[in-house]
Amino acid sequence: MAGSTRKRRREFLLRSAAALGAGALAHDAIADAPLGAAAHDVPADPTKTPGYPLAEESYGARSQFETEVRRRFKTSTPLSSWTLTPLAQGMGIVTPSGLHFERSHAGTAVIDPDKHRLYVHGMVERPRKYTMRDLRRFPSISRLMFLECSGNGLTEWSKPTMPTVQFTHGLTSTSEWTGVPLATILNEAGVRAGAKWLLAEGGDAAVMTRSIPLEKAMKDCLLAYGQNGEAIRPEQGYPLRLLVPGCEGNINIKWLRRIEVSDAPFMTREETSKYTDLFPDGKAVQFSLVMEAKSVITDPSGTMTLDGPGFHEIAGLAWSGRGAIRRVDVSVDGGRTWRAARLQAPILPICHTRFRFPWTWDGREAILQSRCVDETGYVQPTIGQLVAVRGLNGPIGSVYHLNGIQSWHVATDGKVTNVHHY
Amino acid sequence: MSTITRAVLATLLFATSAALAAERATFGFGTTPTETELGAFVSPLPDGRGMPQGSGSVLEGKSVYQQQCASCHGEKLQGGIGDRLIGGRGTLVNDDPRKAPIKTVESYWPYATTLFDYVKRAMPLTAPGSLTDDQVYALTAYILSEANIVPDDVIMNAETLPQVVMPNRDGFMPDHRPEHFAPVAKTPHQSLAIVPAK
Repeated sequence: MAGSTRKRRREFLLRSAAALGAGALAHDAIADAPLGAAAHDVPADPTKTPGYPLAEESYGARSQFETEVRRRFKTSTPLSSWTLTPLAQGMGIVTPSGLHFERSHAGTAVIDPDKHRLYVHGMVERPRKYTMRDLRRFPSISRLMFLECSGNGLTEWSKPTMPTVQFTHGLTSTSEWTGVPLATILNEAGVRAGAKWLLAEGGDAAVMTRSIPLEKAMKDCLLAYGQNGEAIRPEQGYPLRLLVPGCEGNINIKWLRRIEVSDAPFMTREETSKYTDLFPDGKAVQFSLVMEAKSVITDPSGTMTLDGPGFHEIAGLAWSGRGAIRRVDVSVDGGRTWRAARLQAPILPICHTRFRFPWTWDGREAILQSRCVDETGYVQPTIGQLVAVRGLNGPIGSVYHLNGIQSWHVATDGKVTNVHHY
Repeated sequence: MSTITRAVLATLLFATSAALAAERATFGFGTTPTETELGAFVSPLPDGRGMPQGSGSVLEGKSVYQQQCASCHGEKLQGGIGDRLIGGRGTLVNDDPRKAPIKTVESYWPYATTLFDYVKRAMPLTAPGSLTDDQVYALTAYILSEANIVPDDVIMNAETLPQVVMPNRDGFMPDHRPEHFAPVAKTPHQSLAIVPAK
């Protein structure tokens, strides 16, 4: 558990207690209610006075003592920007919908589901137009799946830059998604011979577009309208999002309004000038869609302080766009020796997998690392190995798809910091 | 059961399941969109299919640019809140981690049709979709002319734009991953300095 979080909580409680003492009945606590929480009076002894009554109708809020929030990366405009998931405090494998990372290119669209339409056309026998009610009539499936922005960790290529795991790794989240297999909709329209790609288009102000290989579309793509047991959140594409399992976040088109089948990729702005990986020789890799295997220790992690020597449970997440995680090893000596971590079931393909590792800290300097292996046998590389293959060509060169091993330095005073060590 | 009976049964079974499959092939939900509805969408391919009618000149484009684009992309297309649009040729080959390659329409974009497509759909940022096809053709003419890719008397339309050969047309390669890394030594080099975060 993060020492800093504990400290914030203590301060909050102290302020509340002070307010009570002054007879102000926790007025400060009400003013200070964290995002996503409703403030209530805090009795000195909750066994001596009834709690607040159950409402006739309600939509639950989290405890007023919980403070984790998404945080925005300071891009030049909040219309094209991203917010990151607070992974350090995360538990299990599911990301709360309200903490799922965001990446939007022209703000969060507000769409009335009754007016939303999905068009399917191009190289098909029967062009179709669907309302959301139409789409919900089709046989549906649910699956737990991670989404990761290909820019996750883009500040960390040449040197450790961001202090917390939220900012080094927080562009990955897992939800349970529900919807219609894209193959069902494509079969419905009847894809013509010679078709190889399709365009997915969003109904936001960016009218975000990406080309998707037809083979992938038919294999496992999903038109999702559900997230974690309710309608998909606005910032995740309400009312309809395309999910392209295992592939970089931006191709999972939000606010999906159109699918056009074609014999060639459309070469949109995002797949030519933006989400491509420029190498030092001046050539760029295009359609680098799959998110390779990656893991990170989330607890302890940057800016935390260990509460002295003794037992600490090291916990983290591992995931791979190519399938299930088979193994995670943890090193507490900067990669000299590795031991297997315990994987928490369920271990699902293309999904966050929780790992845990018991550690007795002797109070000396340590460097904590995790390294995962996925079902294809791919071993998570060091940042040095990645750099050796891709080079370091400046701040806006090859910034995407950093899946190298993360290192956390533990000082003798227990302070944890982001370091490069390989 | 004779072989013939088995074969007949198998054929019958196959025919039945095929019929069932055919019956289930479509659910029939939804409706058929009209040509007008579909015609409202813009998504050209690099070979020019899907480009709308219309045209525009460099001079017309300059005027639209100054009114609609310059506040974000700069009077000289040098960038600001929005991306830099021109320059940067020769900077893509770069093995210096301290120096940034300059990725612009001129230096990096492989297809001119993409410029039309993106501006038409998503620009200007605060009023996307507000430009006419003529205005967008004119803007492509102006930007490509300022980038010294087309002459300043060019007229851009559905025929001429796809013919523009962008400087970085051959700058892209398919995904080569999964990458194969050199095996990690059992004992990594320990003398590497630990670099703390800011």
